[in-house]
Amino acid sequence: MMQLIKLAWRNLWRSRRRTLITLASVLMAVALAIAIRSLQIGVYGNMIGNAVRFSTGYIQIHAAGYYDDQSINNSFVSDDNLQSVIDAQQNISLAVPRLESFALASSGQHTKGVGVMGIHPDAESEMNNLNEKIVQGTYFKTDSDTGILIGDGLADYLKLNLGDTLVLLGQGFQGATAAGKFPIRAIFHFPLEEINNTLVYLSLGEAQTLFAAQNRLTSYSIMLNDPKKMDRTRNHLQAGLDERWEVMEWPAMNKALVQEIQGDNAGGLIMLGILYMVVAFGVFGTILMMTMERKKEFAVMVAIGLKPTKLSLIVILETIFIGMLGVIAGAVLILPVLIYLHWNPITLTGAAAQAYQEYGIEPILPTSLDPALFINQGILVLIITCISGLYPILYVNRFKIAETLKI
Amino acid sequence: MAVIEISSLTKTYNETTVPVHALNGVDLQFEKGEFTAIVGPSGCGKTTLLNMMGGLDAPSSGEVLVENEDITRMKAGPLVEYRLNNIGFIFQSYNLIPVLTVEENVQFIMELQHRNKKEVRDRVDHLLQVMGISDKKTVRPKFLSGGQQQRVAVARALASKPKFILADEPTANLDSKSTDTLLDLMAELNEQEQMTFIFSTHDQRVMDKAKRIITMEDGKVISDVKVSN
Repeated sequence: MMQLIKLAWRNLWRSRRRTLITLASVLMAVALAIAIRSLQIGVYGNMIGNAVRFSTGYIQIHAAGYYDDQSINNSFVSDDNLQSVIDAQQNISLAVPRLESFALASSGQHTKGVGVMGIHPDAESEMNNLNEKIVQGTYFKTDSDTGILIGDGLADYLKLNLGDTLVLLGQGFQGATAAGKFPIRAIFHFPLEEINNTLVYLSLGEAQTLFAAQNRLTSYSIMLNDPKKMDRTRNHLQAGLDERWEVMEWPAMNKALVQEIQGDNAGGLIMLGILYMVVAFGVFGTILMMTMERKKEFAVMVAIGLKPTKLSLIVILETIFIGMLGVIAGAVLILPVLIYLHWNPITLTGAAAQAYQEYGIEPILPTSLDPALFINQGILVLIITCISGLYPILYVNRFKIAETLKI
Repeated sequence: MAVIEISSLTKTYNETTVPVHALNGVDLQFEKGEFTAIVGPSGCGKTTLLNMMGGLDAPSSGEVLVENEDITRMKAGPLVEYRLNNIGFIFQSYNLIPVLTVEENVQFIMELQHRNKKEVRDRVDHLLQVMGISDKKTVRPKFLSGGQQQRVAVARALASKPKFILADEPTANLDSKSTDTLLDLMAELNEQEQMTFIFSTHDQRVMDKAKRIITMEDGKVISDVKVSN
């Protein structure tokens, strides 16, 4: 085997310039493919991360029927069984209790419909770094702190400043009137304009009092240590809870986002397909040339006793070497760029940023460094090179030695 | 006892269009230790006959028995094994493997035979010494003269310890000095090791060294003469 590997490796370099040109084409295609894919996966990750951190969590536990009718009347009182089922799941890193509803926010002559979220300060900060988004004032210390947190967009709209009072008016649990005056404790700024313009935070205790929903929650938003095991964790949770509870994964609660990602992903895969067609033809061209110019050499080798199967192996090793060298070189070339863009993502501005904001997505383009990206490219190029190597294999097993020796 | 027995051998190319009868009923026998030249004008069937003996091409009819085994009936796999273990080939244009050094070219066949490393090393060293190219063992073929390359080709042909060596116009690309040196080496091997050599050639110097001269014309043997040098 070593003899065959040695022959294949040396054959690769007998036309150094041609091999380098082929390698360069594979390298560029692989680098481009990894970059495109990394950016796509990174952006999807950002979209999903936004949806998960600012909204539902990877998994949400709520009362049965709440998802279809998101009314405070479908809230629940947490009990020991629910807590123990959550605590039993090692994949759960965080369970964030929330009481969510809607209200009219009013100040002076201005009124706006807003989402009201009653939160546990520490858990919420751990989930989405809310405490770090405060630009004025102080964050909640306990889940019974008074005051309200509003986004800078809403503050501008309602012409409010720190210490001013915001009036909330809505419907509480089982038809009770929900009305209250709340001093503005802090103003926050998220990279998502939708949140800045339409969401206010109360401590959980204050929200329960406002909505006359003592001890009640609308959901537990669950964060996971390993999101890839989301299905398993959801199933375990559902199995431990009775029919009063509904356990949903984020894709089921964000169908529009899933469809957006699927649509975009399909376009990306078509692009990749075109790129790999280019790679395939590049490699095939080289392999074809290498076969044509070595016909007589192949005939001599088989004449003196090399089995065609071993000759085929030499040829396939040559194609694999070309493919793998291209993949490794491409990955090494693009990796520093991807690492840089992962930690310093491109920030969109102008209309593009606005389009992202409208979808509730932070307008940045981070890259993904998922090792699967690189492994998948390696496997793909390996398959392509092996397919390109089929021609010489067919040739090696069909040519007539005596005729070829005459060339 | 004959090493090779050829009987009623024919080969027709383009059988469905314009038939060309390259071999037209050849009957021959070769004994161990012969030093035979097959001569005749271009297109008379010399190379075709060598190809049939070497299992490189299939005849239209007839048989080639090597130690009583008909190689024309062998399947592709066993035929490769047969060539590996029984025949040494020397080609007109040397046909060394360009990416291997002199030493690696010679040991290539022995490695295909799965010989042990010591045996391979010893035999390669011995053959390169006999051929007078020990100092070139780490050199690739493109850095050698034609004569030196052909000596490597002879060493490669001998490496597998074949039953006979088929040489197709081995001196056609060599100058007279290289030809003489090469022929002397092969004649010596023939004398000392009883190695059987069968040449196809136009070269008078090869004919002068040969102990038997077979003359062909139009795919037939027209004379078969033993000569004493």
